[in-house]
Amino acid sequence: MPSRSIRSRRTLRGLAAVGTAGALTMGAAACSTPGNDSGGADAGTSAVVGIAYEPETLSPLLGYGKDGNSKIFDGLLALDERMQLKPALAAALPDISADGLTYTYKLRKGVTFSDGKPFGAKDVVFTYRTVLDEKTNNPSRSELEAVKDIRATGDDTVVFTLKYPYAPFAQRTVHPIVPAHIASGQDANTGPFTSKPIGTGPYTLADWSRGEKISFKANPTYWGGKPAVERFTMAIIKDDDVRATRLRAGDLDGAILPPNLAKGFAGDKGKKTHTAKTYDYRTVTLPTHHRVTGDTAVRRALDVAVDRQTMVDRILEGAGKPAYGPVPTDSEWFTRGTERAHDLDAAKKILDEAGWKPGKDGVREKDGVRAEFPLWYLSGDKLRQDHALAYASDAKKAGISIKTQAGTWEVIEPRMKQDAVLAGGGSPADPDFDQYLLLTSSLAGDGFNNMAWYDNKTVDKALRQARESGDKAVRKAAYDTVQRELVKNPGYTFLTHIDHLYVVNDEWTGLSTQVEPHDHGLANGPWWNVQDWKPKK
Amino acid sequence: MSAGLRVEKAGGRRLPWGPMARMAGRRTLFAIPVLLVVTFGVFAVADASPFDPVKAYTGGAGLTASQENLDQIRANLGVDRPLADRWWSWLTSALTGDLGDSSSLRQPVADAIAERVGWSVLLATTAFLVAVVLGTTLGVLAARRRGGWLDRAAGSAAYTLEAAPAFWLGLLAIWFFSLELGVLPAGGLTDTGSDVVTAGQVATHLVLPAAVLGVTQLPWFFLFVRQGVGDALDEDPVRGARARGLSERRVLLGHALRSGMLPALTLVGSRVPELITGALLVETVFSWPGIAAATVDAALAADFPLLAALTVLATAAVLAGNLLSDLLYGLADPRVGFDG
Repeated sequence: MPSRSIRSRRTLRGLAAVGTAGALTMGAAACSTPGNDSGGADAGTSAVVGIAYEPETLSPLLGYGKDGNSKIFDGLLALDERMQLKPALAAALPDISADGLTYTYKLRKGVTFSDGKPFGAKDVVFTYRTVLDEKTNNPSRSELEAVKDIRATGDDTVVFTLKYPYAPFAQRTVHPIVPAHIASGQDANTGPFTSKPIGTGPYTLADWSRGEKISFKANPTYWGGKPAVERFTMAIIKDDDVRATRLRAGDLDGAILPPNLAKGFAGDKGKKTHTAKTYDYRTVTLPTHHRVTGDTAVRRALDVAVDRQTMVDRILEGAGKPAYGPVPTDSEWFTRGTERAHDLDAAKKILDEAGWKPGKDGVREKDGVRAEFPLWYLSGDKLRQDHALAYASDAKKAGISIKTQAGTWEVIEPRMKQDAVLAGGGSPADPDFDQYLLLTSSLAGDGFNNMAWYDNKTVDKALRQARESGDKAVRKAAYDTVQRELVKNPGYTFLTHIDHLYVVNDEWTGLSTQVEPHDHGLANGPWWNVQDWKPKK
Repeated sequence: MSAGLRVEKAGGRRLPWGPMARMAGRRTLFAIPVLLVVTFGVFAVADASPFDPVKAYTGGAGLTASQENLDQIRANLGVDRPLADRWWSWLTSALTGDLGDSSSLRQPVADAIAERVGWSVLLATTAFLVAVVLGTTLGVLAARRRGGWLDRAAGSAAYTLEAAPAFWLGLLAIWFFSLELGVLPAGGLTDTGSDVVTAGQVATHLVLPAAVLGVTQLPWFFLFVRQGVGDALDEDPVRGARARGLSERRVLLGHALRSGMLPALTLVGSRVPELITGALLVETVFSWPGIAAATVDAALAADFPLLAALTVLATAAVLAGNLLSDLLYGLADPRVGFDG
């Protein structure tokens, strides 16, 4: 049956091609995107995968690939399957001075960009300096704010000097390096490099058709060896159902899918489902500046009133874990003993003791204030909507009335200081990356950082200590403090950590998944290391 | 419809180049205030929209960026300045040939348009040819037997199609031809696995969008041709031709169609706005990489420079279409002249 439909498709397409060929000749000649012969889709050497989010840009100077796995580029360092740093364009891990302020990288020798020009220290210096230049429209610049200076000593050594000791800095140097000889002469924001990127990475960009797909070609001169998957295409398909349909139709070799759709492929012997563990949490912000959510008793009551396991079972269909803080329970940074069981009676008791007495309609009151607040979620985001509704229904049982409302960020942002929001976040590379922005009191209301205006001096101190100390035991103790404080004063109700599911044709070996962040697009999924895939014989 | 016939008889006479040129000149002068108002309107509407250009620009990264970083980008993009100021500086640099940089595509606006305009022209031209050829054929056939089964079927189909929105037809076509039958690709310019733009690939991918856009333009053309040819069939010259014993085919195509087509032809230009709005929807539904789809993206991203340039382009196309139809009408019916 499938083979017949494919054949009839070809015939009809052929007929259609004849029909329009005349009108085409003129238009096609006048248009861009020239190409050479399209090679046949040899099994194993080409792969097409469906992803949900398109990067805004392919220029690292504007933020592309800042967390690694950019395909086209390499960083000084890279993260392996177990999220450990390993050298990439650097020859080894950096030498860090005793005060934690100087990072020295020796560079790998003999590496060339895909245009054949050699890679050297000047490219590293150019990349970081351009990103840090305020004229460059890079929204992730603050991730490198610790950098005071970067300079080259000789052609194969670069030295970073930091403003303050910043323990996770080496993790930031997975940032992709661009060729100075191409990108330096042009406008970093709009120059031709933004649409024709050139790097040292395992792939080169073949074509980027915005909103449709990004195609890569293996870089034959890649320093790590030419990838076996020679053509790699990422189709951008926002709609989950369409992605699943195209995977089933054979148009795609792999795709990211929500749990309910991934389940449909469980019986398909030709496909394998890869489950990526993540730091991707869903949480409810409990704004400090709201009379109800700012009350520690209400926060603690909500924290135990919420039935996390049911959310995992019903909303995520088992593909996830209850979340008790930003750190997932299976991480080495998780503080054992901070798990909270679902306990409605305990929640009621906390509220009773704090003076929140049930009113006539079952909603509690204290000093004339009703225990009610609005909860916003991003409109169109089914997952957040489901979490918000489940949260509101759990809270209602404890006598707290939550009104869920859908809105776009334009609507939600001005209200974040007062109104609760169902938010998402999480970054696996280092606990500092997410927690510092989420919980530091001085970042309250700074963009989308610390949306709940969380204000806890002990947490502030621990977060600072954890980012400055180079000693892992000290850092672990500090993050333990943060997690324990979040039990005492939960300014956010963490709900779930969400697994990311990927269904891929079983045609290759070498597939694995990293621990994934909240923003999972092009760089994540089993294709994070597509350059290492090998076709199955 | 005797006016049309007079022109035919005068086919050998010299065209009135002078009055035509004067009319074109007047219209060009008149276009200047129109364009000024339209571009200012675009800036004003985009400014009033709830979409924040900085948020659109930064995307997901903006959700973890510091406020200082976001403010800097706002200043770099120039969107922190007042509306009138932005419009004026865009206008003055546009007059010197610099259309500015698109914030959503991160490339100069001129490059973005150059990459896309060809595909839009290809789509619109193909669709228009579909509409004209099909509309004429059906119109002539329907006019020949007015009240016949073909006339009634095509007529009611035309009224139904005229009421059907293009995006709805597009989704219906994708559902039927791509999902149910699996015979035609659902969107894009090439197959997902192929990044080489070959004529064959583009041809198969052009079929559905061009057919849908063509079909949305078809009803009015069909109705005009049917009416025009039908009226012409009742007129003296046709009766005369029949009396001279010419074949029915010759009468229909050589006489009735030629004079009956004129009112329809003169209206071709005035259909440009509908073709543009149709293309907006069709390109979006079929992920066709043309300028109409880019207009939608630019509007959603509050990308002022790109949106303004594309609107100027669309406005110019509409004005040119009107000019064309007035010129044709003036030629077809000398009583109208070139005074407008």
